[in-house]
Amino acid sequence: MRNALAFLAGALFGGGLYLSGMTDTAKVQGWLDVFGDWDPTLAFVMGGAMIPMAIAWQVSARRAAPLAGGSFPVPPKAEVGRKLVIGSVLFGMGWGLVGLCPGPVIASLGYGDPGVWIFAAAMLVGMGAAPALSRRLDSAVPAE
Amino acid sequence: MPTDWIMGLIGGLLIGTGGAVFLLGNGRIMGASGLIGGLVDGTGRGNAGERIAFLAGTALLPLLLVLTLGPVDNHLTGNLVLLIAGGLLVGIGTRIANGCTSGHGVCGISRLSLRGIVATCFYILAGGLTITLFRHVLGVV
Repeated sequence: MRNALAFLAGALFGGGLYLSGMTDTAKVQGWLDVFGDWDPTLAFVMGGAMIPMAIAWQVSARRAAPLAGGSFPVPPKAEVGRKLVIGSVLFGMGWGLVGLCPGPVIASLGYGDPGVWIFAAAMLVGMGAAPALSRRLDSAVPAE
Repeated sequence: MPTDWIMGLIGGLLIGTGGAVFLLGNGRIMGASGLIGGLVDGTGRGNAGERIAFLAGTALLPLLLVLTLGPVDNHLTGNLVLLIAGGLLVGIGTRIANGCTSGHGVCGISRLSLRGIVATCFYILAGGLTITLFRHVLGVV
């Protein structure tokens, strides 16, 4: 049950990324490139995705538990800190350089483009290195 | 091009429906970097099955669509240095920030999470500055 629902959710996610053009790096870089030939498609994708998701959050607040059991995720207690900012800036740099983020990487693995696999391999290496870097940021003395 | 915007909206609705199924069905947040990263660093060992099932769906449906409807031009760079540097930055950054466009963006902003909103502002700003620098100043992207 859990795995079937997860597969369905993943298929909707992948199908949506394919249809929306978000696996096309030109459309993603086109959204970021405000000084070039700006492409607003990404805003339509994000806006469209937030409609069912906002409804789902409202529904989850009125339900005791998810369909397949367990519990709903509690709002994150971690505040806005430097790890959120530093991590997001690093992510944004890579996203801007190539035009791929983690979801579209997975969705375009089957496109037959070796570049996707090279990017994916580097991303996995980065993800493996992140916990150690993250601990460093935790222990670093604040600048002030 | 308005056709692209409409396809973007329809695709977005599908993406959000996937997130809704994952939340209401499994009680989980649809964050691609978290789902993958948990498998890489072992923090997701306890629910590896549903992570793999989700990611299999994400990869397989587009593969099926490409096989039936024909190839997609993803306009991906062939520059190895950019691919590797970009992949490393995306991998490290999303795990330090604990989220990417799907987790912080789609799922976070739709629940009005301050973390999601701040993260999204920073990665879009950083992405915009990066493409401006590398495309219009250095001319390499």
